[in-house]
Amino acid sequence: MTYDKMLLRFGEVGLKGKNRAFFIRALAANVRRALKPLGQDFRVSTPYGRIFIDLPGDCDTGAVVDALGKVFGLVSFSPVVQTELTLEAIAHAARQELQADGLPKTFKVAARRSLKTFPLDSMELNRELGGILLQSFPGLKVDLHQPERVVNVEVRPEGAYVFSRVFAGAGGLPVGVSGKGALLLSGGIDSPVAGWMAMKRGISLEAVYFDTPPFTSPRALAKVEKLAGILAQWAPLNLHVVNFTPVQRSIMEHVPEELTITIMRRFMFRVAEALALREGALALITGENVGQVASQTLESLRTINAVVSLPVLRPVVSLDKVEIMDIAEKIGTYSTSIEPHQDCCTLFVPSHPRTKPTVAQATEAERDLDVPALVALALEGTESRKLVGNLSVL
Amino acid sequence: MKESYLDNAATTPLSPQVREAISAALTLYANPASLHRPGVEAEKQVDAARENVARLLGVSPASLVFTSGGTEANNLAIKGFLARSRQRGRLVTSRVEHPSVLEVFKELESRGYEVLYLPVDDRCQVQLSALEEALAEPVKLVSIMAVNNETGAIQPIKEIVNLVRAKQPEVCIHVDAVQALGKIPVRPRELGVNLVSISAHKIHGAKGTGALYADRRDLLLPLIHGGGQEAGLRSGTENTLGIIGFGCAAREAEANMAANQGHVTGLRHQFLQGLQNLPCKVISPADGVPYIVAVSFPGFRGEVLLHALSAYGVYVSTGAACSGKKGQMSHVAEAMGLDRETAEGLLRFSFSALTTEREVEYAVQKIRQVLADLSFVRGRGSR
Repeated sequence: MTYDKMLLRFGEVGLKGKNRAFFIRALAANVRRALKPLGQDFRVSTPYGRIFIDLPGDCDTGAVVDALGKVFGLVSFSPVVQTELTLEAIAHAARQELQADGLPKTFKVAARRSLKTFPLDSMELNRELGGILLQSFPGLKVDLHQPERVVNVEVRPEGAYVFSRVFAGAGGLPVGVSGKGALLLSGGIDSPVAGWMAMKRGISLEAVYFDTPPFTSPRALAKVEKLAGILAQWAPLNLHVVNFTPVQRSIMEHVPEELTITIMRRFMFRVAEALALREGALALITGENVGQVASQTLESLRTINAVVSLPVLRPVVSLDKVEIMDIAEKIGTYSTSIEPHQDCCTLFVPSHPRTKPTVAQATEAERDLDVPALVALALEGTESRKLVGNLSVL
Repeated sequence: MKESYLDNAATTPLSPQVREAISAALTLYANPASLHRPGVEAEKQVDAARENVARLLGVSPASLVFTSGGTEANNLAIKGFLARSRQRGRLVTSRVEHPSVLEVFKELESRGYEVLYLPVDDRCQVQLSALEEALAEPVKLVSIMAVNNETGAIQPIKEIVNLVRAKQPEVCIHVDAVQALGKIPVRPRELGVNLVSISAHKIHGAKGTGALYADRRDLLLPLIHGGGQEAGLRSGTENTLGIIGFGCAAREAEANMAANQGHVTGLRHQFLQGLQNLPCKVISPADGVPYIVAVSFPGFRGEVLLHALSAYGVYVSTGAACSGKKGQMSHVAEAMGLDRETAEGLLRFSFSALTTEREVEYAVQKIRQVLADLSFVRGRGSR
């Protein structure tokens, strides 16, 4: 079955009042970018508040469907056949379309005539086409309430559109429309999911990874690059790799062992905030979750949070581990996240971490550290690069 | 960047001669089983290589089965023998074998076989008294490595064979000689063993080629069936290039064994001298092969030292690594009774005939530097 166009539907985008045009432009741009790796010329147009993609004759519809499935802001999409404005041509396309995924047992026709000069109105079209299809396929029945397939027909000045297949989109908002956020990305299960959920709400990511060679292996970094590459399949993102070893070293030299994790996290927040401000991001995003491990108490979150003024978004804060794992599975990060390369958080866990550190205790523990200098040092040792979604990273 | 490759127990670089032999054979594409002229030529070269490998072991070429490497040779030896033999009795091995032996036995245990894992002493040597006790009951197969891959300890194979033959002459004896080949004489017939596994890439051959010596073909059933290559014991078109390289490597190993031993003994001495006054313990026994030196730096994590050294171009290994997850010690360290701190600080340095004094000097210099750089972490973050 060859299709002429792809019809894209968006939900929430349509609700955004005056911003509507802005949102649609962003969505169309993201769609163009998602299709770019396919290497063909796809014209994306936005007539009367919808988005259409012209499909070249030799294009792989399956590949287009896969690419569009990763564009946030799309509710669903359908491949469409465009025909001449004659009943015969429309009926021919409808017959083809009805068989596209295997012939259903029941169907209905849902026609819409916006071209008022077309001789049949919507109701008449429904009846005529329904009759033709019933004749063509003995055994087929009409079910107006719960049909297995709906054959949609739209009659417009430029031609008639016939479609019945509907693919679910990723939902959410077009990435970019909500601005930027800095994601604290580790090699674990939670932070990639948190990043994905933030992207789903239209936030584009500045991912920040804290590398501590030689305490972590180059494979741990490679794992994070792979995770960032998987996230970049939804939208391009920047990955900032911070050389955190000097900070880590100072912490180990000057901070009481039971508070090292708290202080380390405080420094990660400070560095991430500095990077966020540099990149024009307006929030931090973390994979923190209440109660998952002993140190993720509200007291601990507050003491860590106290060093930054940007809002901290914690998309997975109240999810159960299995729920996070389910999302990780769905978005394809899980199998990478469980590869056994430790990041520094698991390597430096003291034997008895303080589970309820107070701000006063943390401030006291940092007394011998030159905080601004250490943050500056970490920023200096940061390498940044842009990742663009590419299946080859898998 | 200056480099020092001290991970030769993991794999060795191709020797210049092996590289040349393989390059010369790159255009030799015919299937050795083909009847036409180029096929016959390929077969000839495989046969010549087989002769070279056989000469290194002092066995007949017909007693060798080429495999994909040491792991397959070990699997074929153990599983191939058990598939054939109708004898009754226990299976005996040691606690410090390579995973390609241990994991086979674990699998067999899960299928109902009774396996006895002999303990080792603090020098990593199999305790003969335990073997003697084991021989009070019927034994079907004894599988012991010749040289331990993590410590370089040489197992007393001759004594083991004597003990076994005195009590139960019919027992099949398998020796995993992957780490011994080229380092000490491996002579199955003189040792009186039935099966011996070897691998090319530990003696400057290419990865993907190994062999199993079997004193009698009817000792084994094949694991891989097909075109009947290797006298039916290992079907599959021969890895011609790998085998030709193996033949060349074997010839070199035979010719240079004594000289290499002298060279590497010198390197080991230089290395240990260099480590003097450092906070470390040599774990390898003094009477092991000089090629492998296991050293512990208590209070440090071996893996951290490894990455720090790697950044300077010094490449070593943590032994058969603590696989990342905390609390998992190397099975060899555990069998030797090392305490946790010593086991976690283990590094394995392994030399080859191609290792130079300059490499050892550079490594020593960088070990000293890394220990100084990381002294702040000593005793922390290790559990």
